[in-house]
Parts: sequence; structure tokens; C-alpha cells
Amino acid sequence: MTTLVIADHNNAELGDATAKTVTAAAKIGGDVHVLVAGKGCDAVAEAAAKLDGVAKVLVADDAQYEHPLAEPLAALAVKLADSYDAIVSPATTVGKNFMPRVAALLDVAQISDIVGVESADTFERPIYAGNAIQTVKSSDSKKVITVRTTAFPAAGDGGSASVEKVDAAENPGLSEFVSEELTKSDRPELTSAKVIISGGRGMQNGENFAMLEKVADKLGAAVGASRAAVDAGFVPNDYQVGQTGKIVAPELYIAVGISGAIQHLAGMKDSKVIVAINKDEEAPIFQVADYGLVADLFQAVPELEEALG
Amino acid sequence: MKVLVPIKRVVDYNVKIRVKSDQSGVDLANVKMSMNPFDEIAVEEAVRLKEAGKATEVVAVSIGVQQATETIRTALAMGADRGILVKTDDVVEPINVAKILKGIAEEEKPDLIILGKQAIDDDCNQTGQMLAALLGWAQGTFASKVEIDGETLNLTREIDGGLQTLKLKMPAIVTADLRLNEPRYASLPNIMKAKKKPIDEKAPGDFGVDIKQHLEVLKVTEPPQREAGIKVESVQELVSKLKEAGVIG
Ligand SMILES: Cc1cc2nc3c(=O)[nH]c(=O)nc-3n(C[C@H](O)[C@H](O)[C@H](O)COP(=O)(O)OP(=O)(O)OC[C@H]3O[C@@H](n4cnc5c(N)ncnc54)[C@H](O)[C@@H]3O)c2cc1C
Ligand SMILES: Nc1ncnc2c1ncn2[C@@H]1O[C@H](COP(=O)(O)O)[C@@H](O)[C@H]1O
Repeated sequence: MTTLVIADHNNAELGDATAKTVTAAAKIGGDVHVLVAGKGCDAVAEAAAKLDGVAKVLVADDAQYEHPLAEPLAALAVKLADSYDAIVSPATTVGKNFMPRVAALLDVAQISDIVGVESADTFERPIYAGNAIQTVKSSDSKKVITVRTTAFPAAGDGGSASVEKVDAAENPGLSEFVSEELTKSDRPELTSAKVIISGGRGMQNGENFAMLEKVADKLGAAVGASRAAVDAGFVPNDYQVGQTGKIVAPELYIAVGISGAIQHLAGMKDSKVIVAINKDEEAPIFQVADYGLVADLFQAVPELEEALG
Repeated sequence: MKVLVPIKRVVDYNVKIRVKSDQSGVDLANVKMSMNPFDEIAVEEAVRLKEAGKATEVVAVSIGVQQATETIRTALAMGADRGILVKTDDVVEPINVAKILKGIAEEEKPDLIILGKQAIDDDCNQTGQMLAALLGWAQGTFASKVEIDGETLNLTREIDGGLQTLKLKMPAIVTADLRLNEPRYASLPNIMKAKKKPIDEKAPGDFGVDIKQHLEVLKVTEPPQREAGIKVESVQELVSKLKEAGVIG
């Protein structure tokens, strides 16, 4: 059996979501191939070829893949699908967007967000905001799967796979990229950061997030947020951690002025160490925190920054 | 322009669910059920399009048990014009939901279908994309802004790195993210009016869909529970604990 991993990248760098997905794909068994669809993406293909456990890298270099649009990407995956028993992609916003389209075109189910591989046809996935784990067995002859990357370690980079060009598929011509507004930051990316400090409604406004950024700079941390902080416009949407935002599992997660709603916990409760700073000692966040500090954040956060030297 | 809005009846988002001790599933007895929150956002968007004079009719569809009629009534009270219940007691996987919705779309011929991005029970995040594939339409998932300009849809989406804007050919599929709008509460007069709006009842077979299960649920278990840790008295104590734990330098 052979599995095709569809890489998530920005044409310049591969990013570790794909390396983690390769680990999950290897657990399914058989050979692992990686598809890099992009424009001018040779560096990405080279990086993919170095991943441990990858036997072959396919590169589709074409203008229609410069931005990962669902319709052309799905058409390409379906064109290549004949040679594969499973098609796998990280559950990033790119994977979540085009993969169900692939599944429907192949007339199979998609198994979303797997966190465990029991065998080539049996997988574990969270449901109800991670409050239950479902073990499902697929009867489809081809599996279409997205991977929750926090559940798998990244594949190492000692590999040397062959790289092969493949032709683009016919573009369905249904959608067109117009523009992108990406959040710029020198800090690590949320989903790969070792330390995260997140703020909630308790931060009161966007300016106050500067306090968290100062701590983040000292810890080499990423900055995240609750939905309430995003909805209120304190920070951009891509800061949101939770059931319907980003799923993270850093070594250290510091929740500041966040109450700990089920939907927020769903995104961070697999962090190794959780710290909560909240003035309400009854806040549910304390039920999952390893270290809880009942305090006014406007006092505690500057103190923390100072204590970190 | 006609807008179709598929809505799912799910466990209310405030409920902390319990896994059954025999691992057969989640205990849904006597649990509060509501419209999937993302679907409320989808209904709101459709109703706003109608209020803005862009849409002429909003049809709410739900696939599920008889009680899903209540969910449809909620959509009607928010301003949808009529409802369709596709009644079934089976578990309907997203691929099958998409097939039924395709059948409805072929009968109703909407110009736009707005779904939620994700049902908060199965957390699948698939149905809208699958429906788009089956119909051969463009898809605009995780939408935070939708503008209709003749035959094209200008759409802003929430992506991992920030926001992305696309132009889609109509008819199209949109899936709603949290920031698309803030859904209204239905007023009492509108709840009363909704009682008189029509709801058609159908069966999956009416659309030629036989519900084949692709996935067998072997078991449902509880995730590892996290124990509450300790309360620290001061920032100093916190920092020394974190150093001891080796998570900060
Ligand atoms: C469909 C759906 C999806 C959702 N998805 C997500 C998601 O992905 N992520 C997410 O986070 N939420 C999500 N939510 C929202 C979630 O239910 C909560 O509403 C949200 O997480 C609350 O954010 P919060 O903790 O910042 O705000 P609140 O619950 O208002 O909590 C604010 C906290 O700050 C504390 N505080 C206030 N002032 C101070 C101070 N000076 N010092 C110290 N502490 C202070 C308060 O004691 C309180 O505990 C979702 C909801 C729905 C319905
Ligand atoms: N049984 C259903 N009836 C109507 N709409 C549904 C149903 N299941 C899913 N949907 C729609 O599909 C969206 C995504 O669901 P899912 O793919 O299950 O996460 C939901 O927000 C609804 O808009």
C-alpha cells in the first residue's frame, strides 16, 4: 500500500505540519509519497525529500497552485488518486478546505483530524470539542484523512527521496485568488511554538496585549488569544486557540484573563504545562492549570515580565 | 436569488457531554439541543442578504430526527421563508448529508448555499466542501465577509496566517466562520409568525440517496483527564515552579 501526503507550504518553506503528517502517514503503513503543488516551490520539494520515511516526492509546479485554492488542488489530488490507498494532509486551514472535496469526488468519507492510527483502516479522532475520542473503522477502499498535527512528532530530516515532476490537472476555473492579509510577526508560529502566552477578554483591549508580547519576547513565545479577544477586535483571527481555531500543544501555555470555556480548552488542554492567571478563583481554567495564580493580570503580567529578567 | 441554508440540530454548546460507560457513544438523553452555532451565523447571513434586497427567498434544510423541525422553526423565526426536513433516524455522515443536499439543490436551484463551517458535535468540517464538489461549484469556506457582485462572489476567509480574499463564480457554496456576523435573537412576534411558515417533510430516498455508512464507530472513550494542579501565591513562586519544571530557562 502507498500513502500520498499533500504538503502544506508557502512555496518557500515546508513547515512542520507536513513533517508531522508524514509521521502519521508512516503509521498507516506502506510507502509514503509527498505531493508538493505550488509555484516555484523547488526548495519545498527538496525539504520534503529529506523527511525520514518519504520514498518519493511529486512536484506539480504551476501558476494555478501558487495559492492553495480548493478546486484546483482537489482536481490534482483526484487525478493522482489511482496510485494511492490513502490521501493524507495536515488539518490546517488549507487541508480542511480542499480535502473534503477530494473525498466527495472519490465518493468516500473523510476522516477528519485524526489523533491516532490503530491500523491501516482504524483511526482515533476527537469529537465534541475533544471531550470524547471516537475510534472509527473505514470501509472505503481509499482513505481520505486529515491529521491533527499536535498528536504526532515531526519526521526527522535524514531522508533522501527521489523528486519527480508531475503535470498539473485541468483547472476547474471556479475561483480566483484576489489578495491576502497575513499577520506579520517575528515570533514563532502558534502551532509550532514551545511556549505560548494567550490573552482573553480580561485583557480589555488590543493595546494591553503589548504586556503579553513583552513576556513572549523574553520566553521566545508565540501570542495567542481566546475567541472573545478576537471577536472584540483586540487581535487578528489567526490568534484564536480553540475548538474552532488553532489546536496547540506547547511545553508551556500561559492563559491570561481567559475563563476556560470548553471551546478554548479544546485547543490547548494537551499542553504539557498550563499556567492560568485570572482574578476569579472560580474560573474553570484553574481546573486544568498545573499552576494557577489568582491575581489581577494588570499587576501580575508586568511582574512576570520583570521576574523573567 | 434563492439561498439555501442547511442547519444541524446538535447538543447545545454549553453542555459538557458525558461518554457512556459502555463506550458506545455520548449520552444524549435529556441533554439540551440547539441549532449548531455556525448554522445560526449562516441563517443570519442569508436573512441579511434578503433584507438587503439581494436574496428573494431563504430556505432552511435540516436532515435528522423529527425534532429537527424545532431547529428549522428557529431558522424561520430568524427570517427564513420556509423549511425542508429530511427525516431519518440514522446517523448521517457528512458525505451522505452532502448527497442529500445535492438532491435538494437540484430541485430548488439555489444560487447560493450557506452552511456552517463545522458542526460542533462531530467536528468534521466537511459537508460544505463535499457539497461543492458534488455540485461542481466553487467553495468559499471559513468566510468572514461575503459580497455579491452580479455573477461573482467576493469573499474573505479566515486562514491560518490571517485573511484571504477570493472571487468565486456563482452559484457557490459558502461556509460561515465566527466573525461573519452576530446572529440575531428571534423576537416574539417573529416566533409566532414562524409557526405559520411551511415546512416540507421528505426522506433520504426521495433524493435517491441510500445511506451507506462508510465509517463504523468501534468505540467512544473519554480523553485523558487533566488533574487540577496547585495555586501559587505570587509571581515569584510561579517563576520558580516553572524553572523547577524545566519549562523556562
Ligand atoms: C461555536 C463556538 C465556537 C467557539 N470556538 C472557540 C474557540 O475556538 N476558542 C475560544 O477561545 N473560544 C471559543 N468559543 C467561545 C467560548 O465559548 C468562550 O465564550 C470564550 O472562550 C471566552 O473567552 P474568554 O475566556 O476570553 O472570556 P470570558 O469568558 O469573558 O473570561 C474572561 C476572564 O478574564 C478574567 N479577568 C477579567 N479581568 C481580569 C483581570 N484584570 N485580571 C485577571 N483576570 C481577569 C475573568 O475573571 C474571566 O475569567 C466558541 C464558542 C462557540 C459558540
Ligand atoms: N444533518 C444535517 N442537516 C443539515 N445540515 C447539516 C447536517 N450536517 C451538517 N450540516 C451542515 O454542514 C455544516 C458542517 O457540518 P460538518 O461537516 O458535519 O462539520 C453544518 O454547519 C451544517 O450547515
